[in-house]
Amino acid sequence: MTDMPPEAASPRVGLFATCLVDLFRPSVGFSAVKLLEEAGCRVEVPMAQTCCGQPAYNSGDRADAADLARQVIEVFEGFDYVVAPSGSCAAMLKKHYPELLSGDARWAERAERFSDKVFELVSFLTDIRKVVRVEAAYQGSVTYHDSCSGLRELGISAQPRKLLATVEGLELREMKDSDICCGFGGTFCIKYSDISNAIVSKKTVNIEASGADLLLAGDMGCLMNMAGKLKREGSAIEVRHVAEVLAGMTDRPPIAGTASRRER
Amino acid sequence: MELTSPAFKANAARALQDAQLQKALGNVEKGFVAKRAAARQALPEFEALRDQGRALKTHVLEHLDLYLEAYEAKVKASGGHVHWAESAEQAREIILDICRKAEAKTVTKGKSMISEEIDLNTFLEENGIEAVETDLGEYIIQLRHEHPSHIIAPAIHLNKEQVEEDFRRVHTHLPDSRDLSEPVALLSEARAVLRQRYFEADVGITGANFLIAETGSSVIVTNEGNGDLTQSLARVHVVVASIEKIVPTLEDCASILRLLARSATGQDMSVYTTFSTGPRRPEDEDGPEAYHVVLIDNGRTAMLGSEFEEMLRCIRCGACMNHCPVYHAVGGHAYGSVYPGPMGAVLTPSLNGINRSGHLPNASTFCGRCESVCPMKIPLPKMMRHWREREFEKNLTPAATRYGLGFWAFFAKRPALYRRAAGLGMRLLSAFGGEKRRLSRLPLAGGWTDFRDMPAPEGETFVAAFNRQRGA
Repeated sequence: MTDMPPEAASPRVGLFATCLVDLFRPSVGFSAVKLLEEAGCRVEVPMAQTCCGQPAYNSGDRADAADLARQVIEVFEGFDYVVAPSGSCAAMLKKHYPELLSGDARWAERAERFSDKVFELVSFLTDIRKVVRVEAAYQGSVTYHDSCSGLRELGISAQPRKLLATVEGLELREMKDSDICCGFGGTFCIKYSDISNAIVSKKTVNIEASGADLLLAGDMGCLMNMAGKLKREGSAIEVRHVAEVLAGMTDRPPIAGTASRRER
Repeated sequence: MELTSPAFKANAARALQDAQLQKALGNVEKGFVAKRAAARQALPEFEALRDQGRALKTHVLEHLDLYLEAYEAKVKASGGHVHWAESAEQAREIILDICRKAEAKTVTKGKSMISEEIDLNTFLEENGIEAVETDLGEYIIQLRHEHPSHIIAPAIHLNKEQVEEDFRRVHTHLPDSRDLSEPVALLSEARAVLRQRYFEADVGITGANFLIAETGSSVIVTNEGNGDLTQSLARVHVVVASIEKIVPTLEDCASILRLLARSATGQDMSVYTTFSTGPRRPEDEDGPEAYHVVLIDNGRTAMLGSEFEEMLRCIRCGACMNHCPVYHAVGGHAYGSVYPGPMGAVLTPSLNGINRSGHLPNASTFCGRCESVCPMKIPLPKMMRHWREREFEKNLTPAATRYGLGFWAFFAKRPALYRRAAGLGMRLLSAFGGEKRRLSRLPLAGGWTDFRDMPAPEGETFVAAFNRQRGA
């Protein structure tokens, strides 16, 4: 539900699904489509999308990252808005593409114009589409992890909490240090897996201590990391992307499934 | 010090298993963070001060030559000497020469990271001069033949029981009955032993938090007053400082001082902030007979004009490492270089070469918390990424990473092929996930599945499913 004046045009939104949602969690993509359509958007999901290029960009491979940046811009620049259900990928498109292509005379300005159109899903709903409440219900308690890129590069913190507060039956139980990294870090979690494990192990202690029965966040990378660790520890806490709850689409099994009896 | 950055992974693995270290690191994670947050909260203009600090240091770096020359003239006018050292080696020779001319047998030292950078103590000892660290933390690690694990809290990796053990080992005058179980008792013991050393010392060496061009003064901040005794009781005071420590005026120094202690320890001000300008004047009651400043470049001018120039704004408060989840996990020694944590991950490759420091800028999740607390707003993650780029350009990136990236990029740049491969791959992986919807083992993903389960994909990819359903 939105407080937008009725004369506000129904914008054409290109949904940049992100590779992890595309490959691992289509439920998040469908939740995003539902939320965007309820907010009056016409949504398209271009077939020619793959990845935002962060694996290359953050590994020092600027050439491949720039190729992918140009590819994404070409596919998406015709839309009124480009929305991604991830703070990390949205920040890549919005903040880092202009930097990446700044030395390329033909692309620098295009990247800047493109940047203005890019938003992370939840903040797009609240800040651009002026959505103030969602039509969804969830019976239970949730805790919300602030993913780093969304929080620090895009300032996403209040927006998801504001919308979660309008979900019928939902109780938000804040965890301690919700704004501290979960240890995912893209390729970091593979390259320095034991350090990553030490960091996520501190995170799961805080998640458990919140007493919530569902963990939410806005980034699939962080969610897969925390879900994988919780399940390995035998935790009963379920894990979903925040969009699934906001869209009222929690009928699919949670990320990494539900806890069966203690495993291992 | 011996550089062990190439062995970062092994160092980190050891640190993760070290129960005592893990307990000590909890003090960084909890104590420093909470104290800085409270100090920041209490000062409404904190963010404005950060912008002001950044602008000031940026201005100085643009006119570094001008301010350094102005500073040199003022030091000379106040009766002091200025020495220019391009390298660590030159700096060591200059300092040794000053010590020899003063016929020094013992030097006392205030806490100074630049003296760690040029490995001064080892060099002085090799040349028959005893160097005595007077900062409590530095004193402790000197007894243990260790290096600082943190730039403002060098012994943060230790607990008080370990310190008591070291004191009993070295301070053989201590009766067994003496109670050293409380930190304050350890402090009194160190203070009593060090007091005599100040009087014996021929030369006192300090670092500098700031050098002031307007007055030719050097400034140190301490919480123990040891720096003041070091620089005023010895006959000769030697200030060692890197060239980017310069600020134009006393006023500028005061602005940055408002940020420094708050960012570092959460104090409004450090207990002692000491300005020294030249040697003792005829009307002074005390002070050194001679005053020397050794200005060290050691790679700084090479950073000017490069993508790492902004690192030269650093005021060494330690906030970046205090807020770093990787530092919290492995501590400072794992980095295997003088400067640990995020600021070290950027600075160390500049000093020691990226070929020997590659792990440091890579061992970051890019969570950005360091940049968000840096009083000088240094874009640390961005510069770590630049080091990864240099590494990639020089073909220093590990082969497994390069092949992995190449394979991934081949598909990512061919959307139609990617779509077909991904569709097939995800269906397979989804099937392997079974009813549990997760995999506990996955080939080529050992780094992941050694520690956590891999969530299984849902099946059909989203982009394909959406467009099929909508008939696009």
